[in-house]
Amino acid sequence: MGVGIEVINLNAWYGNNHTLQDINLHIPANHATALIGPSGCGKSTFVRCLNRMHETNPIGRVTGTVRIGGLDIYQDANPVEIRRRVGMVFQRPNPFPTMSIYDNVAAGLKLNGYSNRRSLDEIVERSLRRSALWDEVKDDLKKKSGASLSGGQQQRLCIARALAVDPEVLLMDEPASALDPVSTSKIEDLVFQLKSQYTIVIVTHNMQQAARVAEKTGFFLNGRMVEFDSTHKIFTNPSDKRTEDYITGRFG
Amino acid sequence: MNAETFPLRPSMPPSQRFSMRSWMRGWTDRAVSALAILATLIVITPLVAIFVYLIYKGAKSLNLAFFTHIPNPPGEPGGGMANAILGSGIVLAVSSAIGVPIGIGGGVFLAEFGRGSKLANAVRFTADVLNGVPSIVMGLAAYALVVVPQKHFSALSGGVALGIMMIPTVCRTTEEMLLMVPHAVREAALGLGVPNWRSVLSITVRTASPGIITGCMLAFARVAGETAPLLFTALGNSFWSASLNQPIEALPLQIYVFAISPYGDWHRLAWAGALVLIVLIVLAVALVRFVTSRGVLKGTS
Repeated sequence: MGVGIEVINLNAWYGNNHTLQDINLHIPANHATALIGPSGCGKSTFVRCLNRMHETNPIGRVTGTVRIGGLDIYQDANPVEIRRRVGMVFQRPNPFPTMSIYDNVAAGLKLNGYSNRRSLDEIVERSLRRSALWDEVKDDLKKKSGASLSGGQQQRLCIARALAVDPEVLLMDEPASALDPVSTSKIEDLVFQLKSQYTIVIVTHNMQQAARVAEKTGFFLNGRMVEFDSTHKIFTNPSDKRTEDYITGRFG
Repeated sequence: MNAETFPLRPSMPPSQRFSMRSWMRGWTDRAVSALAILATLIVITPLVAIFVYLIYKGAKSLNLAFFTHIPNPPGEPGGGMANAILGSGIVLAVSSAIGVPIGIGGGVFLAEFGRGSKLANAVRFTADVLNGVPSIVMGLAAYALVVVPQKHFSALSGGVALGIMMIPTVCRTTEEMLLMVPHAVREAALGLGVPNWRSVLSITVRTASPGIITGCMLAFARVAGETAPLLFTALGNSFWSASLNQPIEALPLQIYVFAISPYGDWHRLAWAGALVLIVLIVLAVALVRFVTSRGVLKGTS
């Protein structure tokens, strides 16, 4: 089951560049939350702070508090542990090129020393079914490389890979921006199904996408969160002038 | 105002401008292609010439005895280089056992753990300098490190000399191949909650492994033909020996000794030896490629 995320006074830097400034918000459990905003506004940095990926960059720095299901991830846990509980899907599909489809999905478990063959088989099948890829790949699980799939299939493979370690939160950083419309709608259907079991945070440039999949939407601009409210309110009656300008296409 | 009423160069109608330019482009295209083909020919000509000449001079001295017998004393025709083939195999096995793990370890350090650190810069500089050190100096180093303490020449010391020569090539190619692994692949592993060291060993190194293997084979092929580092380490041996602690024969050494000897029979054996050396190196590289390419999946880039 998913857990809620509470962000208090989050600040992040790349070198001297203050990319996130005083972010406060509460992301509800078992819902999809969309983050929108122009390029470079800090949305990606923000999700990377939620699983401590930001600090893997040598010049990245973070202050503030992030609580995931009550656990303060910057105080009470190590990054490796956090990333197992908070899965991530990246903008460009990034399957491990030398691994088979099966090994890609099992990678998170295998690399953490999990080796029970029978339950691995089960987990791989369940994860691929959840990411709606099972029927397309079940015959070449161990024969084909993850890199041999189409872009949309690769992205669903990456989702299956993230689901296999059984996370509580799923972060998606523009998961469909490199995909064609058919694959995009498959990914959106997936988000729709998955949000009953996981807390999903999805960064997107596509406002229709945010409107279709998310209950809550946050608007970022220049490293600050301008507005965070129900998706319906953001798109029909935003309280901030800048949000309105952005969603009506006046800038960005 | 549109393009029709305001052409860029009024003096020349658009159709004619286009044909002039396309003629120039076609000509440039052909000229550059021809230069590329010429360069390719210049590169492969020496290789083909050496190989053809070796076959011409060496093939007729090749027979079963060459691969099964040790050399005969001067004046007695026949004999072979079996002990040198075995010796080269042993010395190269020792050198690979030293050069490959240390080289790969160093490359992994440079690319993954020490990136940007002072130590890494020092290691990289040292490897580049080592790569430029004349091979005879490598022999001297192994002489000082192994032969002097042991008080005798040995196969082991020859392997050490060649092993040290392999390290810089293996190290730098490993580093370069690891740096070519896309950042997205590393992030994918970290994002799954895989510890960094595990991600480096199981994901990054594995993804780069075809290139790393190529680097190892290049280093292997280079030292397989080295004579100078073996002159006062492996020394040479006219009889069968498979001991690491005894002087041992190696193909390049034997070719060198036979080629400067005054005997016609030995000259012919030296030609055959050179041919066998090249063929064996090609076979070894092909074998490693074949073995390591099995199990590669469909669609792997």
